[in-house]
Amino acid sequence: MRKYVPKGNVQKQSYYTDRFHVVPTTPREEVSTDAVYAEQLEKLSAKVEVISSRIELNCMVVEVNHVDNFKALEVLKEECGYAMLSEMSAVDYLAKDGNFEVFYQMLNLKEAKRMRLVMRIEQGLAVESVVPLYNSANFAEREMFDMFGIVSNNHPFMKRILMPDDWEGNPLLKTYPLHGDEFASWYEVDKIFGKDAREAIGPENRDEAKIERYDSKRFSRVGYEVPFGAELNAENESKTEIEYSKTFLVDYNKGDTKQLKERK
Amino acid sequence: MAQHQVNYTSSGGLPIALTSVDHLVNWGRSNSLWPLTYGLACCAIEMMAAGGSRYDFDRFGTIFRASPRQSDVMILAGTLSKKHAEFARRLYDQMTEPKWVISMGSCANTGGMFNTYSTVQGVDRIIPVDIYLPGCAPRPETLQYALMMLQKKIRKESANMNKNTKQNLRLI
Repeated sequence: MRKYVPKGNVQKQSYYTDRFHVVPTTPREEVSTDAVYAEQLEKLSAKVEVISSRIELNCMVVEVNHVDNFKALEVLKEECGYAMLSEMSAVDYLAKDGNFEVFYQMLNLKEAKRMRLVMRIEQGLAVESVVPLYNSANFAEREMFDMFGIVSNNHPFMKRILMPDDWEGNPLLKTYPLHGDEFASWYEVDKIFGKDAREAIGPENRDEAKIERYDSKRFSRVGYEVPFGAELNAENESKTEIEYSKTFLVDYNKGDTKQLKERK
Repeated sequence: MAQHQVNYTSSGGLPIALTSVDHLVNWGRSNSLWPLTYGLACCAIEMMAAGGSRYDFDRFGTIFRASPRQSDVMILAGTLSKKHAEFARRLYDQMTEPKWVISMGSCANTGGMFNTYSTVQGVDRIIPVDIYLPGCAPRPETLQYALMMLQKKIRKESANMNKNTKQNLRLI
């Protein structure tokens, strides 16, 4: 099993240790290089404060303040023709920058243009829900709340969407362990049988290659076979000869097999 | 008028079958195993194929039932998430005794490839399992074989279910 390493500062560590490795970057262009985008950005900056803007992989990326998200999306929908919110969620940059990045990926069907509105938000702060503008934000904002704990104000039904309602923790945070924390590992046992049953049922086996040598119910060591369920420990373990059937192993060097004397 | 005369001791044997209660009861139980229609993930597709006309579970007397109250076997076919574990256990509790459980596929046996926070690492943590069926996903023949193994197991058991040793989870 992999050794457990604390994941609190996982983002600060270098993931790739090859010293000749160059982190791939995508080319970033000025928004003014594309006439359609430049016009849209002008309309947007007239209403809200734009922190930064660029074109990356044929997609305009605009950063705004998180308090302006509803106003910005309203402009983009009503004036710039972005009728579709294809995706929205957040990215955990807590260890790196101390905040989340919330993004709204949008599509303009008439002009075949895509753009992404991003904003940084500190942990514990809430964003304004954009469900009145885009219905697709309903489930997406619930998922963001479930996975990151970012609440959307004025959402019609702010409730966890994937994890159970009584779940503790937000699984998509970088600090959340993949195998689950203490709460997660006992969740189903606590819920069904109660905490008293923890001892009887035992902890989860996370090692798929685990073999218990003295467990005669689930494992059988070749050459040391014992009856099912027999008590076994280091003292009473004894080697037993393996009996092979005659049809399985035939010694052709001995003369007890039928062989043709000569080829007919 | 000719009298109807049959001498049971001489003409072709007695119309009486001698057997034990265990044998008779287990003959009935093992040849009419009704599983619960309960698919969790992709293993359920193989389970459906096994129930369909090509592999034909009906010839074993195995007919899928839509209610846990009418079923004898629970085939846990697929990944059991922690959110759903509660409901799987509730369905198991609603089944009438005697009842058996087949854990179908790697995910149900051990969690399989889903070594994550949200998957139950083996359904035997919440439900006592009789047959573990390996594979990802097991083919319909394999499920048939598991069912035949379960029939074999039932035939060996006592008709009195209290005498049969089961996993302790049944008592919780």
